[in-house]
Amino acid sequence: MNFAKSTLGKAGTVFAALALIAVTGCHKKSSGIDTSSLPPAVTAAPAPTATLTADPLAIDLGQSVVLNWRTQNATTVTIDGIGEVNANGTQTVAPSNSTNFHLVAKGDGGTTEANVRVTVRVPVAPTAPANTDGDMGSEEAFHRNVPDAFFDYDSYELRPDAQSAAKTAAQYLAAHPAIRVVIGGYADERGSAEYNLALGENRANSARTALIAAGVAPNRLRVISYGKEKQFCTEQNEACWQQNRRAQFSIDR
Amino acid sequence: MSAMSRLQVRPIRSSLRDCLWSLSLILLLLGVHPSARAQDWFKTETSSGAERIRLAAANFRPSSADSQTAPLKNTFDTTLFSDLANAGIFDMVSKSLMPQATPGTGAELNAADWATAPTSAAMVAFGTLGTQGGRLVVTGLLYDVKNAQYPQVLAKQYNEVASEDSARQVAHRFADEIIFRLGGGIPGIAETKIYYVRKTGSNKEIWEMDYDGANQHPITHLGTVSLSPRISPDNTRLAFSSLGRDGFQIRTYSLLLGRMVNFSSVGGTNLSPAWSPDGREIAYSSSRTGDPEIWVADSTGSLARRLTSFRGPDVSPVFNPRTGSQLAWISGRTGLPQLYIMNTDGSAITRMTDGGYATSPSWSPNGQFLAFAWDRKYGPGAPGGQDIYVMEVATKRWIQLTHDTGRCDFPSWSPDGRHIVYANTADGRPEHMRVWSMLADGTGKHALTGPGADMPNWSWK
Repeated sequence: MNFAKSTLGKAGTVFAALALIAVTGCHKKSSGIDTSSLPPAVTAAPAPTATLTADPLAIDLGQSVVLNWRTQNATTVTIDGIGEVNANGTQTVAPSNSTNFHLVAKGDGGTTEANVRVTVRVPVAPTAPANTDGDMGSEEAFHRNVPDAFFDYDSYELRPDAQSAAKTAAQYLAAHPAIRVVIGGYADERGSAEYNLALGENRANSARTALIAAGVAPNRLRVISYGKEKQFCTEQNEACWQQNRRAQFSIDR
Repeated sequence: MSAMSRLQVRPIRSSLRDCLWSLSLILLLLGVHPSARAQDWFKTETSSGAERIRLAAANFRPSSADSQTAPLKNTFDTTLFSDLANAGIFDMVSKSLMPQATPGTGAELNAADWATAPTSAAMVAFGTLGTQGGRLVVTGLLYDVKNAQYPQVLAKQYNEVASEDSARQVAHRFADEIIFRLGGGIPGIAETKIYYVRKTGSNKEIWEMDYDGANQHPITHLGTVSLSPRISPDNTRLAFSSLGRDGFQIRTYSLLLGRMVNFSSVGGTNLSPAWSPDGREIAYSSSRTGDPEIWVADSTGSLARRLTSFRGPDVSPVFNPRTGSQLAWISGRTGLPQLYIMNTDGSAITRMTDGGYATSPSWSPNGQFLAFAWDRKYGPGAPGGQDIYVMEVATKRWIQLTHDTGRCDFPSWSPDGRHIVYANTADGRPEHMRVWSMLADGTGKHALTGPGADMPNWSWK
């Protein structure tokens, strides 16, 4: 069993208990009058009686339910999952799934049980539409989940942020098994064209290695180095050069 | 004037220079003078060792009076003078200092007029040019005007279909005869070609031009980005790398067949081909293993073998054209790209540069020198630029050939070893890159093309 008491529920329990004492006090007074007419107590103790109700019997997940129990002739009363309780009482509970509340009343005359089932309507999680083999996802979702990796000057080592991005990217690619990826390697305009093509190849391969390490099948990945032959930005400043030092991911169509 | 161009060289200092500054400081404090700055002398081979010969290239005498002759003669005279001046081994007489007369034959040449001041020529090139029935007929003579008894050094006759191009080609051939005869038996380069990359829109095609920048025309029409053209030693095939669906791949084009010929495609990026001097093999950079390494295959891309195995970019190999047994190439194995050499079996790897950013080697035809592009103070915000350098392979001593002219790259030696063609962009913008030519001592710089030309490669002959 697995349910939580709300603060409100606890407060309610206290008030209910006080009210109960008042009520039973009255009954004792009135029943005291009749005591003489009843058979002597030394006779065999009567078996306990117990009732357990829940209101309402069915809730949505997150709502609470009031348990209400009445026992007679019981010395100990326990409810599974709550523990020992007063002979009569109420308690507000908020079970997270459908629960059988089980009350055991033990008295000198024996043991009596009472049950109530609270049904919790758990909303069915909206399951992702089953990915058919042809589902490539949207271009926009691809670039959001598989962002381009940027590199330091003359370096082909992945930065830490790109390393963690590779894990997100791998999850997205696992959810879209139809996507194949082209990884383009790029370099800024400084330096020599031939060397930058080799450097771009190393950059694209660093990104490829990170994706493979994160679980993407190598045969879904294709590497092309563009060196400085294709530029994202053609101004001569560091902000622009940084734009060009990248491994670009695109859907291989 | 000295026959040799003497150039001052600052020797390479310890490759550990940066790490040892504190040690240097200690030595300085101890009063030990660092000897690393010792000066030395270094020469580039721009002549045969003879004194520069003072040469007058006279305007030729027209031998026919039709309207076609004048423009052809103008082309011929201009080309001949330019070829002889470009050779770098002559002290050329300015045309304004020459006698008024234009001799056409030996009998018409007044040797004394040419040998005395202000002309003061030792040799005179002259002759006749005319058209006969649509043919260009040229007689070229070279006279030693200080030799009264046997002045004739050369006499050549040419007969070609008359055209601007043939007038230029005949001038090149006559110039090469003179250069061969007076330049120590080293063939001239006036008939050689330069292959280069021409940007057209977003594409780059391979183009060809004469050594002097004339006759520029496209070779490929592939509609993509093609880079690093390298002509085979026999001038029949071009190797280059071209962007396709699977990235850059080595492609070859037959200049005899006028079409692409097969070069086996492999995985990864394949770049920067280089012909072995026997024309049988091509070295190139291939990343088929996931890392760019130097490979050597035969000229169809078969039987490829790997030479390097070190993480990081390895690119731009070039054979020692004299021996064919060594390669120079560029490696980023220690960070910034550096110049290395090794044997063609991958052994004896030697690092040549001690720092900076070195790229684009070209090995001189005599095997002694490496030309390359070098930014010795490379880095964000660092001063200096990328310039052309020549290094003596045996000693690692170097000289700087370009200074403060913007970014330079892709030097390529001429077959006579006296010239270097290279790419330069004054403002660093790639679209402003032009092809330039200079003598191997850094003098005589002149642009061969307009903007949009890059990666020149000089033919082997």
